[in-house]
Amino acid sequence: MNTNMTQNQSGAVSAHNAPGGGAAHNAKVMNRFELTKRLVGQLKHEEAVIGGIGNANFDLWAAGQRPQNFYMLGSMGLTIPIGLGVAIAQPQRHVVALEGDGSLLMQLGCLSTVAMLKPKNFTMVLWDNGIYQITGSQPTPAAGHADFVAIARGLGLPNSNWAADEEDFDRLFATALKSGVPSLIAVRIDNKPGVGATDRDPVQIRTRFMQGIGAKK
Amino acid sequence: MSESGAQTAEVSAHEKAGTPWHEIVLASLKSNNVKLVVYVPDRVFTPLIKAIHDDPYFITFAATREEEAIGIVTGAWMGGMRGAVLMQTSGFATIPNALASLVCPSQIPALIFVSERGTLGEFNLGQAMVCKTMRPVLDSLGVETHTITRIDELAFIIDRSIKQAVATLAPVTFILSPLLTGGKVIKQ
Repeated sequence: MNTNMTQNQSGAVSAHNAPGGGAAHNAKVMNRFELTKRLVGQLKHEEAVIGGIGNANFDLWAAGQRPQNFYMLGSMGLTIPIGLGVAIAQPQRHVVALEGDGSLLMQLGCLSTVAMLKPKNFTMVLWDNGIYQITGSQPTPAAGHADFVAIARGLGLPNSNWAADEEDFDRLFATALKSGVPSLIAVRIDNKPGVGATDRDPVQIRTRFMQGIGAKK
Repeated sequence: MSESGAQTAEVSAHEKAGTPWHEIVLASLKSNNVKLVVYVPDRVFTPLIKAIHDDPYFITFAATREEEAIGIVTGAWMGGMRGAVLMQTSGFATIPNALASLVCPSQIPALIFVSERGTLGEFNLGQAMVCKTMRPVLDSLGVETHTITRIDELAFIIDRSIKQAVATLAPVTFILSPLLTGGKVIKQ
């Protein structure tokens, strides 16, 4: 049995054996900004998107500012909890959380909370480059040996997969949007910095987001 | 004025009926449309947590860490649902970054209930140290904080403060003293 490979829900074969920076990893190294653009391009129903601290939200900003985007400027680790809260409050709207590997490491337990609640409208995307890119590209403690998909599955999220390449990412994300179960898509990415620079105005970001998802006039 | 009178009457009714503190907290949350309650467990809060679980009005569950709970209620507020977080005193020490970099700058009316440990008979030094730092942290962040010691003031403080938090887009912390809840003491 080849334990490096798994059949994902869309039928594509994905590697899920090792994280970004790991020699055993079979997934293609991709670019966060390019994939963020592909992801945003698939959003047709005013889905909410939470961009995690740093490059995750910089690239979300650069991919085109949607009223349904929330750019998290601080509170490292809370991207998925914030997304989960939005998903609880608005069960009819799909919510996407874009999180980095270093950030998720700060709050791994939140995956078990998502697994417990099983929101039907929640997708998590994990950008894994194995480094704290924004602070000087120091390797994370997980780099090279931890497998975030295995971690997510172990915490109770079976619909977790590595994206093998760009097309696989598109398929996984399209499937996640209509799957009715919480999904996690891990993506091995390069070490390039974020492309945009989010305007750092927390009240404006929060207000626009609430208006964008119909929670405020 | 009439609202104030009604509150006073309600408090008196509670007192006469001997309504326990946790029923008053639950009723105040409900009457203010606070539907989501996320907690990290605490012995003193156990009757409140159980009562909230038993009431189908609420969406309630445990989070793995207090700052995770803060993130969840922040998202829920932005999505249009009011939320409260329950924690014990030591757990408060995990949330200052979430308050300083998310709740306060984003103006989120997070409702934070802390079971006060570390005073009035504490046996655990860790709780006592966090108890000493909790109020200075909240003060320096400018977070409205009420220490509640009396059951006749409980409904009024919580009801009015939730309304103020929502109206002014500001978090509020309720520190429930052992004088109110009985606290937790070491078994002899």
